Amino acid sequence: MDHLLELRGLSVAYRTTDGLLPAVRGVDLVVDAGEVVGIAGESGCGKSTLASTVLRLQPKDAVVEGEILVGGHDVQTMEWGDLRALRWAEAAIVFQGALHSLNPVRRIETQIAEPIRVHEPGISDAAAAERVAELLEQVGLPPGRSRAYPHQLSGGQRQRVMIAMALACRPRLIVADEPTTALDVMVQAQVLDLMAGLVKDLGVGLMIISHDLSVLSDVCDRVAVMYAGRVVELGSAEQVFRSPAHPYAEALSSAFPRVGDPAARYAPAGLAGDPPDPLDLPPGCAFAPRCARATDACTEAEPPLLEVGGRRAACIRVGER
Amino acid sequence: MSDAPLLEAEGVRVEFTTRGGTVATALDGVDVAVRPGEILALVGESGSGKTTLARTLVGVQRPTSGVVRYEGEPLSYSGRAVKRLCREVQMVLQDAAGSLNPRQTVYESVAEGLRLHRLVGRDSGGRTEPELVAAALSEAGLRPPERLFLRYPHELSGGQKQRVLIAGALALRPRLLVADEPVSSLDASIRGEILALLLGLRDSLGLGIVVVTHDVGLAWNIADRIAVMYLGRVVECGTTEEVLQSPRHPYTQALLSVVPEIEELTPVVLTGEVPDPTRIPGGCRFHPRCPALADGAAAEAGVADACRTTALPVLAATGEHRVACHLATARDS
Repeated sequence: MDHLLELRGLSVAYRTTDGLLPAVRGVDLVVDAGEVVGIAGESGCGKSTLASTVLRLQPKDAVVEGEILVGGHDVQTMEWGDLRALRWAEAAIVFQGALHSLNPVRRIETQIAEPIRVHEPGISDAAAAERVAELLEQVGLPPGRSRAYPHQLSGGQRQRVMIAMALACRPRLIVADEPTTALDVMVQAQVLDLMAGLVKDLGVGLMIISHDLSVLSDVCDRVAVMYAGRVVELGSAEQVFRSPAHPYAEALSSAFPRVGDPAARYAPAGLAGDPPDPLDLPPGCAFAPRCARATDACTEAEPPLLEVGGRRAACIRVGER
Repeated sequence: MSDAPLLEAEGVRVEFTTRGGTVATALDGVDVAVRPGEILALVGESGSGKTTLARTLVGVQRPTSGVVRYEGEPLSYSGRAVKRLCREVQMVLQDAAGSLNPRQTVYESVAEGLRLHRLVGRDSGGRTEPELVAAALSEAGLRPPERLFLRYPHELSGGQKQRVLIAGALALRPRLLVADEPVSSLDASIRGEILALLLGLRDSLGLGIVVVTHDVGLAWNIADRIAVMYLGRVVECGTTEEVLQSPRHPYTQALLSVVPEIEELTPVVLTGEVPDPTRIPGGCRFHPRCPALADGAAAEAGVADACRTTALPVLAATGEHRVACHLATARDS
């Protein structure tokens, strides 16, 4: 059976005046129906670039290699008409920053109906309105808010509108790029609850991108941690967050302390240094310059993703502990 | 740590009149105090009034009623006293990228405050302006400082920008820093570094620090005391251990239960959002969303009516663990 989403050796580079800038370097990843997969990493690690290629939304100056299969069809090589049919109806994306992604001068009911009208050109106004009402209910917005403009809604409500739009054409795959980043903890919990419920009820596959590993560990089945364009650890959310194998995943995990943990009291965990310049990657493991456990061997070759205790990690020292 | 508060607010109320003439109560009577060498975290959601309180503490926002005292003296909002307060109480804003002038070098950004307050000629060590700027940058962890003098903000990483802002504040030799969400826009790996810097400054310079945040993990990392805010009031305050490990207000309990890092608690996801400050609910302001009222715990303790009708007093900033909740009070007695 085909996977809902399968990335095979995906690499993306941007053409710049200084040469090709590699943003994503050889990523293999699978998302199945009813599954939530998280992608964690800091700014510049390639996670948003990866998300944009799933619907072929990457900028024109991007060079994409490898395969991106949605329902078994390669998104990057398909005909324009097929791609149009696939966007929204097969796979939809929820962008970060709901305020900037919504049209400020149109009512939310009009915006939610837009993808429906595009995909079902003959749909009657009544049928479209009915579907919008159904979607609003699904995302927990009161039907009375359908005539509101985006600025009249709170941040959490706007994010719900974005999710309603993504669901409008009943896609099987949803990609959410930092869906809760600008939200308060309580509203974040509400939105995450909503998304987890949709996966359970509708059986869609969900890929969530976030810099916050603790958020991902809460809602995801599996998590991939990216560093400098590569997946450096891939495993169950529990494993990656509670007992990370890669030193970078470990640093990300301890950045969000467990409240009540005496080891974190007056001891915020940080990671010195900055991510590498993609145009000038260090030799060998890209994380080696910031890694406390790096040895000379680390700078010799880029470590492959190795199987360790049910998860995969790209570090030559993972077997040692 | 001395006992006399460096900066304290007493019964501070801040109202804003909206264009329609309705009055929004951003702060509805707040007492807080921060002592030298102490880190106080103001924790709450958007709309809780935590940023308004921070602005009131630094003197940018005048309270409608109530008083803010610096070293025991009520703030005056004019003349020389303001200038002294502006120097000794520094605010570090949340959006480092937006707070730095993109056309100013790092050197200019840090030196600007020194010039405004004419601090160069008055340095006890007789240091020159470049020496003072360099000292502030190294205190903020930017070493060697001279290498950064001529850089522009766009050439810096997010963490470096935040450090430049902190250096700009440190150059004025403040006694208190008020940091509004100092790490919320930073990557996870940089977050710890900036928090460690704040802790280090408290230890080496004896600064008092007020940190405004919605992140309880941050509070656990660095704060000595916490004040949890909801809709313009402090609803629970005490030491970090007291508030985070044995929270007594149902709001604090709910807030902690949804933090992904705490797995022992069953998540209590409150419905809705913080209400509109133009229509603060009567009785306990939290009662429309209170899980303890909804599940009958309040009725069992015989306080359900009080929750709906009797307003709670303002919590005094005595340093003890205090909570503004009828149910918690009933359980105590």
